[in-house]
Amino acid sequence: MHTEIQPLLETCKQLALDLQFSHAKKWKAEKAGRILVGYMPIYFPREIVHAAGGLAVGILGGGDHKQIIKGDAYYQSYICHMPRGIIEMALDDNLNGFDGFIFPSICDVIRNLSGIFRMLGKGKFVKYLDFPQNFEPAIGGTFYKKELQLVLDEMFRITGHRPTMEELNHSIGLFNRNRQLTERIYDIRQNYPWRLSFEDLYCVLRAGLVMPVEEHNRILSEILDYVKQDVGEPMDKIKVVVNGAFCEQPPLGLIKSIEIAGCYVVDDDLLVGSRWIQGDMGDDTSDPIGAIVDAYLTKSTFSSSVYDVNNPKEARLIALARHRRADGILFAAASFCDPALLDRPQLQKACDDAGMRYISFQYSENTGQFKVIKEQVGTFSDSIKLWEEEAVMGN
Amino acid sequence: MSKEVVKEKSMVLQKEMLGKHFIELSRTHETGKKVVYTFVPGNLSELILAFGMLPVYPEINALQSGMRKKSGSFIREAEKMGHSEDVCTYVKCDIGMMLNGNIGPTGEKLPPPDLLLLSYTGCFTFMKWFESLERLYPGVPVAMLHTPYQENGEMTEEMTNYMVEQLKQEVIPKMEMVSGNKYDESKLAGILENSAKAEDLIVKIFSTTKNRPSPIDAYFAGVYYIGPINSGFRGTPEAVTYYEALYEEILERVRLGLGPITPEGEMEEERFRLVVEGPPNWTSFREFWKLFYDMGAVVVASSYTKVGGMHDLGFRHDPAQPLASLGKYCMNCYTNLNLPQRIDLLAKYITEYHADGFLVNSIKSCNSFSAGQLLMMRQLEERLGIPVSFIESDLVDPRYFSYSNIKNRLDSFFQMLDQRKIIKGQMEETTA
Repeated sequence: MHTEIQPLLETCKQLALDLQFSHAKKWKAEKAGRILVGYMPIYFPREIVHAAGGLAVGILGGGDHKQIIKGDAYYQSYICHMPRGIIEMALDDNLNGFDGFIFPSICDVIRNLSGIFRMLGKGKFVKYLDFPQNFEPAIGGTFYKKELQLVLDEMFRITGHRPTMEELNHSIGLFNRNRQLTERIYDIRQNYPWRLSFEDLYCVLRAGLVMPVEEHNRILSEILDYVKQDVGEPMDKIKVVVNGAFCEQPPLGLIKSIEIAGCYVVDDDLLVGSRWIQGDMGDDTSDPIGAIVDAYLTKSTFSSSVYDVNNPKEARLIALARHRRADGILFAAASFCDPALLDRPQLQKACDDAGMRYISFQYSENTGQFKVIKEQVGTFSDSIKLWEEEAVMGN
Repeated sequence: MSKEVVKEKSMVLQKEMLGKHFIELSRTHETGKKVVYTFVPGNLSELILAFGMLPVYPEINALQSGMRKKSGSFIREAEKMGHSEDVCTYVKCDIGMMLNGNIGPTGEKLPPPDLLLLSYTGCFTFMKWFESLERLYPGVPVAMLHTPYQENGEMTEEMTNYMVEQLKQEVIPKMEMVSGNKYDESKLAGILENSAKAEDLIVKIFSTTKNRPSPIDAYFAGVYYIGPINSGFRGTPEAVTYYEALYEEILERVRLGLGPITPEGEMEEERFRLVVEGPPNWTSFREFWKLFYDMGAVVVASSYTKVGGMHDLGFRHDPAQPLASLGKYCMNCYTNLNLPQRIDLLAKYITEYHADGFLVNSIKSCNSFSAGQLLMMRQLEERLGIPVSFIESDLVDPRYFSYSNIKNRLDSFFQMLDQRKIIKGQMEETTA
């Protein structure tokens, strides 16, 4: 059974880490009028691009297989690594063929990167998508709707097509399905994490950022069918939730190291943008943009980029860890990531108060040495496996 | 330097204003006055005053701690409770100060906040900062004012409406609840009249650096000049009086052909005119300034003195439309401008103020300023052919102020400017 799914997993891995975005570019070339819209972390409602006949492509940096030469000339040493990888890709023509770029409002670095893209004249449009931090429908909702309208206007200028209500509802339905499939895989992995490694799950989800949602839904369905089966052998590992890695991505080697060191990752925020909306958006309304707005205001997950005073993220993180029956939390943040690192003390305090075990470390997308982190995670895992009263396997 | 520093009338006035403010803050437990913690960029001082409340600015507390050499221990205190070495040192300094009894710059204990007014303008970290403070002051209400970014270099009607609606439905109701006073628009309009007067004056003050020699340093002394307008006095008659006095003093210096006053007296020879981008270092402020005035370098314009508002581009608070005007004010602060706007503004300063060089002081703590500065510098060099230089330091973390590195960089820069002057002079002679 394992061999049957292996080719699909290999394909996903290849697509996920392809910094040329060949699959997306091939899709665009197959039919006139198609557009590619690149978006930076964390969340972007891809539904509107899909409905406009385009493909929203996630751009997550250069990782550990893009040598940074020009990018370093744009950023000081004390700024995180991801934007220099993105600049390098832009200057190396990896992003040629992209029609527009979306920079969601998650931090000052991404905000100013939008300005750099403007100055460099990349794409036919550059949009800094200012997500509201006011969650009243009449205030923040109205503002957000206008922001989305501006994205639609930019795409209209290129394609000459404004998506209809039916097209928008159809796209919303497809992305609802995408999130449903993803959540079902997470739910099964919660109890049977050995059936699909976290590395494979990560690549499957990341591949979804460079292909049409219809194609990704088919892949997710296959993966779901696969994890429903009794495959693999459980190992003596603890279950953990990974938090803080929502923007700059850890290298795949680091993800593997966490697993090898004795952890099953049962939830995470690495690609949380694809799982941002908790539940379904309305897909049969007369105001589909309103449905997208409403979902953002009322169904967003917790995040370091969202004002949380009325719904504290630490309580939601602890609830998630408990829901997943995790043994602990790994706080993994990119170096110099203000949003993630400024959240850490309060999240850690919440863990202390709730008796939730945790460890913390920092990484960079091009981290090449995993030994220290592996030892740290391994010690954490061992300390729980060897010294806790309850057997982990009993979870 | 020519003579000892004599305290001028404006200095005395500013000292009195600040002293009175901190005394008022220390007596809130007796007077019952409510206290609002808020930020400088996009500050709603007039609205706070209209409700009879007192503002506290954590950034200013942090920079004062830096100048008083206390920030290092405060930062270490915050790092002990889990804050990373990588993040904003203003936040850590403020949290450390709070953990150490919240003693203000005058040695008096600052009162805790009754309201956290999160004017989320031009800096993402502000939001994280007040999320942290909300946990440290549990139960204190937070009013969030999300200021949209000028991504297209403009303030649209929708953006202004968003600001006004937030003021009406989020900020003002919380201020009414905390202060116990009803919103009085005519009172606010009256305060805004004074704001506009102070804004007129500060524009005139910073324009005087177009003179040769420049009568003031628009960066190192400029940070003192923006004190009252940025720290809660904008909108008060005292601020208008202060800026009138300051302007008169500066005009007198212009009339006498005098250069700027430095901590060691008057600068006698103006050798280099600079435009500076980025905040200053506070922990070694005097040493940092001395590196400039010792070489006869005067800063004729700086972006940092515009974090509290871009009045020189024409913005004034407008008593005829109080809330829309407050909203536009917030959107119009320097760090809320997009990169092309920032470059255009700096180019305008370099040209109009006849600068010899452009310098970036890149601050480790402040991504809002720092991300993109290298491109800005290259663009200005290409566009104007002006010599540029780049130094790095931090706001209030003394571990990130390397005197010798900065001095080496500045010495090289000033040598380059000198050389350029010589060549320019030779070319002019040849042409003549």
